[in-house]
Amino acid sequence: MNNSSRNNQAGRNNPADRNNQADRSNPAGKSRVSTSTNAVAENTMDIVNQGLSRRYNAEKRFRLYGICAIMLSMAFLAMLFISIIGNGYTAFQQTFVKMDIFLDPETIDAQALQDANYQGMVKQSLNVMFPDVKTRAQKRQLYGMVSNGSAYQLQDFVRKNQHMIGSVIPLWVPADDDVDMLIKGHISRDVPETERRIKDVQLSWIDRLQEQGRIQKRFNTTFFTAGDSREPEQAGILGAVSGSFYTLIITLVLSFPIGVATAVYLEEFAPKNRWTDIIEVNINNLAAVPSIVYGLLGLAVFLNFFGLPRSVPLVGGLVLTLMTLPTIIISGRAALKSVPPSIREAALGVGASKTQMVVHHVLPLALPGMLTGTIIGMAQALGETAPLLMIGMVAFIVDIPGGFTDPSTVLPVQIFLWADSPERAFLERTSAAIMVLLAFLVTMNAVAVFLRKKFERRW
Amino acid sequence: MSSSNLLLVLLMLTASGYFLGRRRAVAVAVARGRSQQILHSRPTYYGALAALWCALPALIIFSFWHVFESSVITQLVIAGLPPDMQALPSDRLGLVINDIKNIVGVDIVPQKIHPAIQAAADHYTQLTAISNATLAVIVTAIAIAGILWVQKIISPELRARNHVEIMIKYLLVACSTIAIFTTIGIVLSVLYEAIRFFKVVPFHEFVFGLKWSPQMAIRADQVGSSGAFGAIPVFMGTMLISAIAMCVAVPIGLMSAIYLSEYANKRFRAVAKPLLEILAGIPTVVYGFFAALVVAPMIRNAGVSIGLDVSSESALAAGLVMGIMIIPFVSSLSDDVINAVPQSLRDGALGLGSTHSETIRLVVLPAALPGIVGGVLLAVSRAIGETMIVVMAAGLAANLTVNPLNTVTTVTVQIVTLLVGDQEFDSPKTLAAFALGLMLFVITLILNVIALVVVRKYREQYE
Repeated sequence: MNNSSRNNQAGRNNPADRNNQADRSNPAGKSRVSTSTNAVAENTMDIVNQGLSRRYNAEKRFRLYGICAIMLSMAFLAMLFISIIGNGYTAFQQTFVKMDIFLDPETIDAQALQDANYQGMVKQSLNVMFPDVKTRAQKRQLYGMVSNGSAYQLQDFVRKNQHMIGSVIPLWVPADDDVDMLIKGHISRDVPETERRIKDVQLSWIDRLQEQGRIQKRFNTTFFTAGDSREPEQAGILGAVSGSFYTLIITLVLSFPIGVATAVYLEEFAPKNRWTDIIEVNINNLAAVPSIVYGLLGLAVFLNFFGLPRSVPLVGGLVLTLMTLPTIIISGRAALKSVPPSIREAALGVGASKTQMVVHHVLPLALPGMLTGTIIGMAQALGETAPLLMIGMVAFIVDIPGGFTDPSTVLPVQIFLWADSPERAFLERTSAAIMVLLAFLVTMNAVAVFLRKKFERRW
Repeated sequence: MSSSNLLLVLLMLTASGYFLGRRRAVAVAVARGRSQQILHSRPTYYGALAALWCALPALIIFSFWHVFESSVITQLVIAGLPPDMQALPSDRLGLVINDIKNIVGVDIVPQKIHPAIQAAADHYTQLTAISNATLAVIVTAIAIAGILWVQKIISPELRARNHVEIMIKYLLVACSTIAIFTTIGIVLSVLYEAIRFFKVVPFHEFVFGLKWSPQMAIRADQVGSSGAFGAIPVFMGTMLISAIAMCVAVPIGLMSAIYLSEYANKRFRAVAKPLLEILAGIPTVVYGFFAALVVAPMIRNAGVSIGLDVSSESALAAGLVMGIMIIPFVSSLSDDVINAVPQSLRDGALGLGSTHSETIRLVVLPAALPGIVGGVLLAVSRAIGETMIVVMAAGLAANLTVNPLNTVTTVTVQIVTLLVGDQEFDSPKTLAAFALGLMLFVITLILNVIALVVVRKYREQYE
């Protein structure tokens, strides 16, 4: 201990001694060198100092560019959300008109309820409410103020309440989409009548109805319980949501096992040779193939070659399976890679076979990561539109699909279809459908993030 | 028996096969008068062997049957039709078959049903019923036979574990070849139809032609009977929109990646990065709606207010929104490569007195450049293949122009418009979509391969 500290001291002293010796031996030389270095240093420092403010400004500018870039993307994101929510939030409400309908026992035959003229009864009660409307043209405008789905609503009501036949019943029926838009303020009263979808005379009727308290905005249940329709006030997303559901079930059932199996094979079993190289390059390429090409594949192979039916979730699921497989395989391999080799060696060391090692030890540890990747792949599949257009899932389908081989459409395609419709009311419904779709996607991604956070292990 | 019921039965058989196999193995061991230790494998493996031999052959038969069932039945029904109907040309015959299938499916019941067609429909129903019944019997028989066979060969010497593991391994190999089959399927399907197209329209006319108007006359003397299939305007439109998108996405994406990885503190990063990723998770149809609803009118109004003539479906709107969509893609890829640059390079540059931005511009970016280029190439291939934004926001008119305020069309838009709706598969109009699809596939494939090679080479450098 003592020894070493003394040595250290000696070591530290040594250079100083040498310097002293140098100073003593050549004082003149030393001073000359030092002045010249000082001069050079001052010159250099001057140059550096001169450039310094310019360089600091460049630094600030560079940082600013970075912040601007991020702020710009955030601004785009905000603009997107604001425009969609701003356009769509009103779609969750629907204007209803209260009608007093006389259930005429003359026209309703209790034996044949579906044959009665319900449309006529709705029109009759409108006539009673506005007795001053006489001309044919005006009558047509008057009848156009309530949804033509109200007759079905009335039929349902009568079927459930047969004892009410013969009395006058108050019934809230959905208003026509133009009236709905006016009440929600999307149609301005200030524009000239010729450019407005609601005429002045209709405006006066609406005012009268409002004075009588016969117009009310209520939660739009139709939007969540109906299929597609040409009439905005009767259109809903349930058909599209169930189509998406069946499609995703097929996709999940096929792509998860196949994806996991492929990842396990490539990561744990495959020998490093040309063949597995080809498979790997293939998978990486497939991940970047445009989705519409998968649609062409589905059209040519599944529809034309195998003769599967058009517009069904089964084919949609098959196409989306092929499309999401690369995502699942790549994330699955990453999850398997993150399991440390020591686990494998320990399992093999106690006599497990390779399959046992994978099934009993590696796979359970890698599963959360694989699940995360699968959920993200499913979210991608849920938002995908283009390949489904190719296999005919773009048809106008009113019925709500009840199985894997019922013609159906999916939520993004429904959005695409509605976005093409000219009615103002479909604009808000499109935005609302987008909000629903985004809600699903956010939920799925949140689950994925939660899984990752919860089961992530650092080795 | 419907196929879902059949699958359910098969599942139950498989489960019972598993338990039977396991019990049999234990029973055999006990019969030899000793405990389970004389078994080669654990009893579970004997069960698994029985289950695999029960399920696999039956499933293979099941899927093959379903692949060929409908075409075989259709052939049989056609053979059963009256001879005058059989003599119809193939497209009329197709209509007849369609009618028959409609009657069978009870989708649409026409008012007057031709008696021969009604008979054929009955025949069809009958054949389907026979086919389903046969399939049910065959599948069940094979499944049971599999169980029985394994039961018979179970003995303590049977190397069940090895058998099961070999079967599992083959299953894994089969799954991993699906990727190859997908590629082959894409190439074959697109190529086959494209070759049919090039028989009608010569290849050089398609690739170098300057006029695109994909109509084909139904009658020879029809007005506008000359369709033109020159794809240059379509390619130009695609390139124009992709170029606009890249002008938006590359600077913004790259700068955000640089800021996030080099400057931002942990808290800012934790907020900004997920927000950027939200941008990546939004479906393209939503972007398309946004482009058509918000951005295009905005650009049009802005253009009109400064006296420019802007088309309502301008390339600028579609390109701009596509650029927004690609920002997170560029940013996350460049983030990865920037983070992969070793810290020692930065430390060296900073130690020599360069400022932070100089370090980034002169040291980090050049070091990361190959990776960034690879990422940008991937982004370009993504922009070229993007469909929904352009379908909703770009036009259909194939103008040969580089003016971003004009309307142009793209490869993907043309594919969608040519293929959505009713199609007949012998008109060049439909086949043209496949030729465009082939071009799209080839171009994106080349871009991807280059990008992957560049990225991979670069990664090896620093690992």
